[in-house]
Amino acid sequence: MSFDLDRAWQVHPQVSMRPEPFGALLYHFGTRRLSFLKNQRVLAVVRSLSDHPSARAACHAVGVTEAELPAYERALAVLADSTMISERTLHDSRS
Amino acid sequence: MTLAPDIAPPAEPTVTAPGKLTDLFQLGLDAPICLTWELTYACNLSCVHCLSSSGRRDPRELSTDECKAVIDTLQRMQVFYVNIGGGEPTVRPDFWELVDYATEHQVGVKFSTNGVKITPAVAARLAASDYVDVQISLDGATAAVNDAVRGAGSYATAMRAMANLAAAGFRGFKLSVVMTRQNIPQLDEFKAIADRYGAQLRLTRLRPSGRGADVWDELHPLPAQQKQLYDWLVSRDEQVLTGDSFFHLSAFGSALPGLNLCGAGRVVCLIDPVGDVYACPFAIHENFLAGNVRDAGGFDTVWKTSELFQDLRKPDTGGACKSCGFYDSCRGGCMAAKFFTGLPMDGPDPECVQGYGEQALAAAGATTAVAVPRPSVDHSHRTSPASPRGPVPVMITPRRPPSHDCDESPLAGFGA
Repeated sequence: MSFDLDRAWQVHPQVSMRPEPFGALLYHFGTRRLSFLKNQRVLAVVRSLSDHPSARAACHAVGVTEAELPAYERALAVLADSTMISERTLHDSRS
Repeated sequence: MTLAPDIAPPAEPTVTAPGKLTDLFQLGLDAPICLTWELTYACNLSCVHCLSSSGRRDPRELSTDECKAVIDTLQRMQVFYVNIGGGEPTVRPDFWELVDYATEHQVGVKFSTNGVKITPAVAARLAASDYVDVQISLDGATAAVNDAVRGAGSYATAMRAMANLAAAGFRGFKLSVVMTRQNIPQLDEFKAIADRYGAQLRLTRLRPSGRGADVWDELHPLPAQQKQLYDWLVSRDEQVLTGDSFFHLSAFGSALPGLNLCGAGRVVCLIDPVGDVYACPFAIHENFLAGNVRDAGGFDTVWKTSELFQDLRKPDTGGACKSCGFYDSCRGGCMAAKFFTGLPMDGPDPECVQGYGEQALAAAGATTAVAVPRPSVDHSHRTSPASPRGPVPVMITPRRPPSHDCDESPLAGFGA
């Protein structure tokens, strides 16, 4: 499982996110699988993926330090692996 | 029949979490993740183990408009999807209208059916939707094993429905099997059937609920079969879904994929055809009745404020199981299985893999004072159900005229 922090990502269009006190629940209508975001910070990263040119930039914007980055990279890799997030081509960017 | 959602691998095992997710879920969520909604008690079949004792329609069933109001509430609460069942939900004349209404309002639908209405045209329509999933019920990999439980002809009906779905290009619909003593030897054959039709196999646990209480002793898996099932599930890993059905088997070793938590009133619940809200689909009994969607405040208020649900969201104490080294794996098992076999809620599951359930049942059986609770609601056909033990001798008896339409056919009045 590898993940490219320098590419542009987004929450998959078929994924519904529901904020919860502990983070968020995600449900993918295509794979019909449920997943979770276990804290508010990773939720902030995932929510803002589509506002940034790369996943790395999204992490930096919510204050993830270089030391913390590998943990977030692994978390995003798991989400990418289950297609909860998907790559986006830059011209799709909202920004 | 579905209880819990199927869970993708946990998203961030390495990012600091405020606690174990199971501990957070144990305290309940502001809205269910998914819920089971039995749309009607009417059914063309009379399965011997029916959880909801279905057969005849209930005249008080929710109207189309009342159902749509429930869907509006689920949309507001951001419930991801509903597991629609019954009875046989597709015999409701407004079934497709309600499915469309739900998906148009961001509430996904997975519905369970015996396949009776899954024609080629319906299959094509289902294959075209991203937000509808179908679950075909089949309880034997051969007609002999299946029809003994679900009734004559039901195997052929299910196979035809799966062939229609496959021909329409519907990939990954579910083949749903309730595991019994008779079909556990057919695990590989079920997988082969699912593969043949491009379906995903989903195995669930037999519960002593509804009419299931009457056949539990003959149908529930033997202890050695439970181990066989556990080993088979472990070897298939994520390929086979279980809806968190078998968390009581986790005490055999490593946990099976899923939450491994009783979700009743915490992350799931049941709405029955007349709008009654129960803690789970396996507990249609007044002791687990939280309210009705027709009450002031509707489903939202029942979910958030019912005394019963508040109570179920308190942390488990473990009771008699607390000192058992496997309690963290199985968490005492299934509430409904305990209740309908007459065992205390804070004791072992009747199918406890450490054997404590059997001991408890034997002890309870020794004292005839212990009464096993009966289901409070019964809509069974007023005819004999299919015999689980092979052919029934044909007897010519004078036919009583039905007292009203509903006695004659579950489909009476539906124009079906």
